[in-house]
Amino acid sequence: MSRTLVIDPKLCTGCRLCELVCSFKKTETYNPARARIRTIVMEDEIAFVPMTCWQCEEPVCQEVCPTGAIGRDAATDAVLISLERCIGCKMCMMVCPFGNIQSNGAKEPVVKCDLCGGEPECVLFCPTKALQYLPADKFTLARKKRIAEKFRSILEEVEW
Amino acid sequence: MYGWMGTILRVNLSTGAITKEKLDENLARDYIGARGLASKTLYDELPPRTDPFDPANLLIFAAGPLTGTAATSASRYNVVTKSPLTGAIAASNSGGYLPAEIRYAGYDMIIVEGRSEEPVYLWIKDDQVEIRSAKAMWGKGTRETDALIRDETDDEAKIISIGIAGEKLVRFAGVINDRERAAGRSGVGAVMGSKNLKAVAVRGTGGIKIKDGAAFREAVLRNLAKIKSGPVTGEGLPTYGTAILVNVINSHGILPTNNFQLGEFAGAEAISGETLTRDLLVRNRGCLACPIGCGRVTEINWEGNRERGEGPEYESIWALGAACGISDLELITKVNFLCNEYGMDPITLGATVACAMELFAEGVLTVEETGMPLHFGDGQGLLELTRKTAMREGFGDVLAEGSARLAEKYGRPELSMSSKKQEYPAYDPRGSQGIGLGYATSNRGGCHVRGYTIGAEIVAAAVDPLTSAGKAKLLIDVQDFTCVVDSVGMCLFTTFSLGVDDVLPLLNAATGVDYTTESLLQAGERIWNLERLFNLREGLGREDDSLAPRLLQEPLPAGPAKGNVVELESMLNEYYQLRGWDNEGRPTGEKLQALGLG
Repeated sequence: MSRTLVIDPKLCTGCRLCELVCSFKKTETYNPARARIRTIVMEDEIAFVPMTCWQCEEPVCQEVCPTGAIGRDAATDAVLISLERCIGCKMCMMVCPFGNIQSNGAKEPVVKCDLCGGEPECVLFCPTKALQYLPADKFTLARKKRIAEKFRSILEEVEW
Repeated sequence: MYGWMGTILRVNLSTGAITKEKLDENLARDYIGARGLASKTLYDELPPRTDPFDPANLLIFAAGPLTGTAATSASRYNVVTKSPLTGAIAASNSGGYLPAEIRYAGYDMIIVEGRSEEPVYLWIKDDQVEIRSAKAMWGKGTRETDALIRDETDDEAKIISIGIAGEKLVRFAGVINDRERAAGRSGVGAVMGSKNLKAVAVRGTGGIKIKDGAAFREAVLRNLAKIKSGPVTGEGLPTYGTAILVNVINSHGILPTNNFQLGEFAGAEAISGETLTRDLLVRNRGCLACPIGCGRVTEINWEGNRERGEGPEYESIWALGAACGISDLELITKVNFLCNEYGMDPITLGATVACAMELFAEGVLTVEETGMPLHFGDGQGLLELTRKTAMREGFGDVLAEGSARLAEKYGRPELSMSSKKQEYPAYDPRGSQGIGLGYATSNRGGCHVRGYTIGAEIVAAAVDPLTSAGKAKLLIDVQDFTCVVDSVGMCLFTTFSLGVDDVLPLLNAATGVDYTTESLLQAGERIWNLERLFNLREGLGREDDSLAPRLLQEPLPAGPAKGNVVELESMLNEYYQLRGWDNEGRPTGEKLQALGLG
C-alpha cells in the first residue's frame, strides 16, 4: 500500500530542519529559500505548520500542464514534474491551491516535493516526528486510538 | 570557500560607507568564526581603552561556519563589542532564525562602526545593503519594531533590534532577534543604542556550500541520534526546558536566594520547570536545526488579557524569582516578557534588584531613594522597577547602571554579587567550586556559559561539586571547548551529549580544513587567550579574577553545601599555572608563541 507524508503541526517546534535537509538533498547547499518544504511560522500564536505537496489524487497541476510534463510515480504515487517536457510556463504553480509548487529562480523553472523517491529526507531528520511517512490507514488508526483513549478516560469519570 | 561564506560586511554609521571584505582564510582557520573571529577583529581594530559608548567602538554580529547548516542546533551567532557594563570583552550568544539568515545573505560577519546622527536601521537583502531611517521605530518595543520593519522591507526578513533599554543606554541592555531570542548579557544592546542603530533586517536567499556533503550528512545523522538519546538533550530539556534546573539546583542547596544570602529557596517548587510545564506551557520551540527544542512558548493571564511569549528560562526564573525571594511564576513570566520587549538582560536586572533589596533591608537604601518599599519577595516592586529601569525613570536610573555601580554608590560594594561588574547567574559557587573559579576567570565577567562546570559537577554528577581539587583542569577544558562550540555556531546545550570529536567531522566536512582534535581545541585555547589579552590591554588583571566577598568569607548557612565557601585562591593559582600564565594572570611569551599569538 502506498504511503503518505503525514504532517502533525502539534508536534512541530519550528526548527526547520526539514527545509535545510530538503534544500541540501536537492541543491547540495543549505538554503531554505530553495527547499520544497516550508515551515510556516505564525508569529503571534507562535505556532508552526510544515507545508509541502500533498500529492493530490486528482492534481490540478497535472490537469493544467500543457505539455504533459506532470505525472505520477508508479512506486511512490508522488506527483512528479518531468524537466524534459516542462516549458516553464508556471501554470502549475498558479493553479496549485496550496502554494506548494514553487518557482525559486534556480535552474529548474518550477519545483515541488517528489517524496525523494520514497525516502523523504525531511522525515528522516525530523526530530519530533511532526513529519512521518506512513501507510494512510496506519496514520488514521493511530489517531483513532489516541482519541479513543481520551474518550474512554473521560467517559469513565462521567456519571450518567 | 566552503563552510564559510567568505565575505565580511562592514558598515560605518558615521560616514555611511558600506564595504564588503574578503574573509582571510588563515584567520578563519585559526579563529573559526562567530565568537573567535569577531574577538580577533575587535582585538585587532579597537584602539585600547576606548569608551564603550564612543563611536569608535565596534559592534560585530558574527555567525560561525556551521551556522545555517543542518548541524544539530547550529543556529547561533555572537554579538561582540567592548562592554559598557564590564569594560571587558562582550560576546553575547543567541539562536533563532536570524543568525543563519546573515549567512544566506552571503556574510559571515557584520561589523558596525561609528555612530549615526539619527536613528537608523540596516536593511540587508543579499548583496544589497542600505542604511534607512528608524525614526518611526525609535521608542518602540522589539516586537513592534520587528513588525514595522518587516512591513517596510520584506515579510520574510529576520530582524535584530533593541528596545527602549538599548536606546536609553541601560548598561545591561541586550539585543533581541526573531522577537524572542536574546543576545542578552554584557550590555551589547546599549552599544547598539549608542550608535543610534535601532535594528538590522536581513533577508538571504543564497546557500551554504559544503566541501564533503556525504560526510557532513552522515555526521549530522550521528549527532542527531546522540542528541535524541541523551538524557538531558533528548528528555530533560525537551520536557521541562532549562527550568528543569530549579528543583535540581535547589536540592543541591545552591539556588542563590535573597541576593546569595541562602542556597535554598522555600518557593522553588512554585517556580520550577514542572510547574511551568503544568501551568504555562503552550508548546516547545526549537531554534533553527535544533532537535532539542528547549524554547518554551508560554501563556499567562495578565490583568484580564492572554499574553503569549517565550520563556522564562532557568536563569531568568532564578534572577527574577529566587534571587529576589519571589515565587510568583506568572509575574516572573510577565517580567521576562517585558525584558524581551524592552531588550534588557533579566539576569542582571533581577540580580540588581536583589542587591537593592538587601541594601534596603540593611537600611542603606530608604523609600526616599527608591520611591517605594523594597522588600525581598515584592513582585509588584520588581515589576514596577523593570519598567522604570528600562526607561531610566527615578530610581530605575540607578538600577540601569547594574548592581556593582549601585552598591558602590551607596558605599556597600561587597553586596553586589558580581565579577568584573557582571552579575552571577543561578548557581551558588560555594556548593560547586568549579563554577566559582569559572565566575572569577570568565572573560566577560560573572557568567555560566563561558565554562559550564555545572554540567560535570551537578547535572552529570561526574565529579564532587564540593571539592576544589581538579577543578582548574576541568574548567580549562570546558572553557576551551566552549570557545570551539561558540565559534562554529552550534548551541552550547548540544555539549550535554556531544564532545569535540562530534563537532570535528562536521567542521572538517563543511570547510575542507583538516582540523584534528588537538588543533581544534587549540583554536579554542587561542580564542580564550586572545579574549584574555583584550582584557589585560583594557587594564583588567588578577585583582579582577575575584568573587564577591560573601562567596569567599561567609559559609553557606544551610543545606547540602552548608559550611562551604569558595576556595578561590588555590584554584586560581593552579588555573594560571595550567593555562601557562604568570602570577598576574598574563599569558607567558612561551604560551603566546605556542598559540600563534606572539
